[in-house]
Amino acid sequence: MLCHICKEKTATVHLTQIAGDKLHKIDLCEACAKEKGVNDPAGFSLADLLLGLGASQELEQATGSATVKCPKCGFTQGDFKKTGRLGCPQCYQTFASGLEMLIESTQKRTQHRGKVPERLRAQRSFEMQQATLRKKLEAAIEAEDFELAAQLRDEIKQLKAPPVTAPAK
Amino acid sequence: MKLDEFLEPASKSVHRKGPHDRIVLSSRVRLARNIQDGAFPGWAKKPERLRVLDIIRPAVESLPEMAGGFSETMDNLSVLDKQILVERHLVSREHAIKSAGSGLVINVGETLSVMINEEDHLRIQALYPGLQIRQAWELVDRLDSELEEKLDYAFNNDLGYLTACPTNLGTGIRVSAMLHLPGLVLAEQINPIITSVNKLGLAVRGLYGEGTEALGNIFQVSNQMTLGETETEIVERLEKVLAQILEHEENARATLLERKAKTVYNHIGRAYGILANAHSISSKETMNLLSLMRLGVEMKLFPASAGLIVDELFILTQPAHLQKSHKDKLSAEARDLLRADMLREQLKPVNRPVIKSEGAAGLDKNEKA
Ligand SMILES: [Zn+2]
Ligand SMILES: [Zn+2]
Repeated sequence: MLCHICKEKTATVHLTQIAGDKLHKIDLCEACAKEKGVNDPAGFSLADLLLGLGASQELEQATGSATVKCPKCGFTQGDFKKTGRLGCPQCYQTFASGLEMLIESTQKRTQHRGKVPERLRAQRSFEMQQATLRKKLEAAIEAEDFELAAQLRDEIKQLKAPPVTAPAK
Repeated sequence: MKLDEFLEPASKSVHRKGPHDRIVLSSRVRLARNIQDGAFPGWAKKPERLRVLDIIRPAVESLPEMAGGFSETMDNLSVLDKQILVERHLVSREHAIKSAGSGLVINVGETLSVMINEEDHLRIQALYPGLQIRQAWELVDRLDSELEEKLDYAFNNDLGYLTACPTNLGTGIRVSAMLHLPGLVLAEQINPIITSVNKLGLAVRGLYGEGTEALGNIFQVSNQMTLGETETEIVERLEKVLAQILEHEENARATLLERKAKTVYNHIGRAYGILANAHSISSKETMNLLSLMRLGVEMKLFPASAGLIVDELFILTQPAHLQKSHKDKLSAEARDLLRADMLREQLKPVNRPVIKSEGAAGLDKNEKA
């Protein structure tokens, strides 16, 4: 069996990880295993590895071209292919559509449910309520339920944006 | 301050105790964080990494938890010091190869370690002895909350904390425990355990090797997914699974003593024999044999005082620690000789294992005959 990464040497390191109902299998040669940090307990995750291997194609399909560049940091999907890492926080917007599938396949869900920085909490809950109501509104219009739509429109109007908080020192 | 003046010597650090540390060697929680304004370290050019380091390092140093701590840039640490930090689990291997533009802050007591410009701008780690995952999460959570008042974190409503690698998105949390599982390995039950833990979305791996070839029978269990669950949910799931692994390990040890006592005593006796008498020994073999001696201590074949000696040797026989006590650069062969010297010397006060059922008198008789 050949190594999945270099496709030259014989694979001697065989990894299987089952996450939820997803099964990931990968076979590596000794050298590639070492290079990919498979021997580093703190740094390794199979998902990481898969991300580096399969991700670039998904990203390419989604962006439709290899030339999309992050306006903030100049990162391209070719760079992602090399490292499996992104260039800057802004990259998540630049490559959003391509990353969606990738995140879906490696994470539990696609919506964060954990800690939120205190300073952003009020604004975030406002924006998320707004987004939920807008979605319901669209659905109501689609279903030609105009009574519900009117009601939802009022609710959206009544939502109040929180006062702007000062940025960090 | 020099690193070796700051770090507690191994003879002291082995006295740090925690719940269930017979089996759970340590608990660790680390958070990945990035500031809004700046490319991730792997993509940023050196001047930008230096700029980010200059923003983050003073912010970390100013936290009350870090008072009197150790703070240094990675280019000011020697290769050997960085290896020592890896062997003490205070920095990742990835961080140990960083140089200019990366930094490190450790608190007094060595429970908190903040890596600056590792894969992310910030990797905040809390490390406790024994089974103390929840406590580690509380500590790291508090430090993170203090830091967010000083730094503008990159955060997105849907994706949570934004990280260089999409596998850390959301909570940015990696919760892990280091487990000593000689019972499950000897009883050949470790593979099914690993498989069933994998099914729960947790990763199991040998600390220094692959799969069941884990050196020293030491395994690390950690969460894989970071987005879509709360930190508490992740911590609680790991706690539940760890409680079960603990129970399986205790059962495996009891069953082994019941049904295969001779095999177990044979392993432990041979381990002692080699460690106390070898004149050249590799780090790998040392770790495997020390693991068996540790099991021997827990099965009361050695006095409890031998436990501290074994734990200290686990630290001191690692390559960088061994090199540290010698001025000249040692070859691997020279290290193997010195390691054996150290083991023979340190194990002098430890007598050969005593098997209760046979009794000490019986063993003496055999010796005379
Ligand atoms: Zn290969
Ligand atoms: Zn970017």
